[in-house]
Amino acid sequence: MTNPGPKILVFSTEKISDPAIDLAGLLKMHYQARAYTIIVPCSSAIKPRWVMFAFEQGFDGVFIAADGTDCPYDTACTDKTAQILTNTQKQMKERGIDPARLKMAAICSVCSEPFVKYIKSFSEYLSQNN
Amino acid sequence: MSNKIGVYICHCGNNISEYVDVERVRDSIENEKGVHIARTTMFACADSAQTEIIDDIKDNALDGIVIASCSPKLHLQTFREVAKRAGLNPYNYVQVNIREQGSWAHSDDPEGATEKAISLVKAGIGRTRFSKSLEHFTISAKNSVLIIGAGIAGMRAAIELAEMGTRVYLIEREHFVGGRLSQWGVLCSLNETGKELISRIYKRLKELDNITLFTGAEVISKAGSSGNFEVEIKITPRHVKTKCDPEGLQKAIDACPVEVPDEFNFYLTNRKAIFKNFDSEFPEAPVINMENCNRCGECLKYCDSIDLDQKTEIIKLEIGAIQVCTGFDPYEPKEGEFGYKTIDNVITLQQLKRLVELNEKQLFLNGKQIHNIAFIYCVGSRQFGKINGNNQYCSRYCCTVAIHSSLIVGKKYNDISCLHFTRGVRTYGKQELIYDEASQKGDIFFHFDENSPPTVEKSGNKTIVKVNDVYTDQIELGVEADLVVLVSGMIPRKDNSVVAILKTPVGRDGFLNEIHPKLRPVETVIDGVFISGAAQGPKNIEETVNSTLSAASKVNALICNEEIKLEPTIATINEETCEWCGKCLEACPFNAISQITHNGKKIASIIETNCKGCGICTPVCPVDAIDIIGYTNVEIESMIIELAK
Repeated sequence: MTNPGPKILVFSTEKISDPAIDLAGLLKMHYQARAYTIIVPCSSAIKPRWVMFAFEQGFDGVFIAADGTDCPYDTACTDKTAQILTNTQKQMKERGIDPARLKMAAICSVCSEPFVKYIKSFSEYLSQNN
Repeated sequence: MSNKIGVYICHCGNNISEYVDVERVRDSIENEKGVHIARTTMFACADSAQTEIIDDIKDNALDGIVIASCSPKLHLQTFREVAKRAGLNPYNYVQVNIREQGSWAHSDDPEGATEKAISLVKAGIGRTRFSKSLEHFTISAKNSVLIIGAGIAGMRAAIELAEMGTRVYLIEREHFVGGRLSQWGVLCSLNETGKELISRIYKRLKELDNITLFTGAEVISKAGSSGNFEVEIKITPRHVKTKCDPEGLQKAIDACPVEVPDEFNFYLTNRKAIFKNFDSEFPEAPVINMENCNRCGECLKYCDSIDLDQKTEIIKLEIGAIQVCTGFDPYEPKEGEFGYKTIDNVITLQQLKRLVELNEKQLFLNGKQIHNIAFIYCVGSRQFGKINGNNQYCSRYCCTVAIHSSLIVGKKYNDISCLHFTRGVRTYGKQELIYDEASQKGDIFFHFDENSPPTVEKSGNKTIVKVNDVYTDQIELGVEADLVVLVSGMIPRKDNSVVAILKTPVGRDGFLNEIHPKLRPVETVIDGVFISGAAQGPKNIEETVNSTLSAASKVNALICNEEIKLEPTIATINEETCEWCGKCLEACPFNAISQITHNGKKIASIIETNCKGCGICTPVCPVDAIDIIGYTNVEIESMIIELAK
């Protein structure tokens, strides 16, 4: 049986990054089918326990499609999401999980192409480091 | 908690089922815990399907539903209404996106798309099991709108909204209103010129006290969200005060030594650094373009209304909604495309329209009188086959405008004959009558296909258009033309910087993208931002006004009550586990958290009217005592469990 490739959990945001992921589909920009999205209101609302839970459940990688500077809620969103990333990666290290398995990038509402590129390169990284 | 769930998997015609095996998805989830009904449906959004879902909910006392179809941005509200009509709380409904993030994204991998759809539906079922019944709450919203672009779309929207009681800020990047319409002469199916129509609309606009017009103005930043946006507007000065002596101003214009190509006339003529495009243009005062002005001071000798030291201003506006009416640019052919810029009597359709306005009794170009015109159609549009370019769309208005121009030319100058080299004439609807009129007048229509476009060549002093005409069995025909008019279509605005600020999506064609072309044609994925007119794709004037009035209605419906219904998905505190530390208060951008005493213990409390449900307070809690309703640990983790299987 062929290796189906790594499984990635994507946290997208309702108003900013999820529209970009929809747009990627609309434009038939293909990426790995084993990337699954859970929508949250804001990337600064992602709890580290959800990320850790995803790894416990068998996800190979978690990608945070962050609001970045477009966040409709908070101008400090980028820093706050980055802090969540740092805190979570610390927990990952403590549990022997490669911190690079958690990736974050700002995805604006029209950033469909960057999203697809990130998922492809992340998937490649996860495949090579499995 | 929902224990009796109905699951519906949509074919979406074949948008989903072409790549996702929807029957397999249904078979895979029908025995999931809590699933009472599992069906596939051709179009879940169709009236008949909605009725079937309502009947299922009522007949089976369902307490939760999952619909796997398109993006929730398109139909979340539709299906919440279905739930409501069946007596089910709309928050016991979960939409699963298996189209944009399923079949379309993985059309190269049907097996992967199907497996993904199964996992996503299972995750949706998992989430539904833990869903709660909720009610909306409301926030205050400003009943004011920013309309970007003062062409016919923006001006009509402004009037309509102002008449409905909304405060309107209308901004125009140029120093005069009217947009493209003010450049056109007599309009098709009207006995009125573009500038006359604009003048009429402008006069009505000035009668309404609740419209403020800023010219030379553009958006430079946007913050906030639907109902409560804050925007910054940069206003470039016109350097001429509005009250001025017309005679003195004319002398000042005459004295200006600077001449530059005139963009209003598509560079057929020159203008001064101080200028007005035509006498009846609005606002009444001319403008000095400081990019052209050499500050020689000659104009100051004749007119004390001129102020070369006026400064750029930046103002802030608080508004509830934004309507984008930024219009289009005409396609400009590449150098050499059908002889453009390499043969001196080849011009565009837009240039012809201006040329007709500039020539009264006889039509001249470069000093040569015109007796016959060859129109070459679909230049910059429908670029297939051997026609290079990425503009695959039809620009809709150009067939009509070309034929209408031929009629105008015929009536105005008597002795001009017109030849049309088309790819099939698209004068749809009532516009067909002018096609018939042109044929009756004696215009000759040739037909070429995309693999054999016409050529334009110079032979001595003559310009020859050659075509392999479909109507005469592809025989090559050659005609001499005094003037070749390239019937060029519409393209998105070249300077579309406002898109980057508003973050409104654009489609593959570069025009602004609506949520759905048929069902939500003027809304964007950015809540509170609406689009209309040719900014979202080629449209004629009628279609532009239809679209802009539609958008104005949507704007009004959103903000006219000065409150917006918001999702009840706000933060909630676990009173048992919270041990007030204040970190949530520090994190909250909306001052939505206060400290209270509960059973003798200090804890956090949510101020519901301030909370926007962003969830930023949740990860900072050291004891995990805050959740966002709808995004609780149990809901998110139930989805993760299903997706990880």
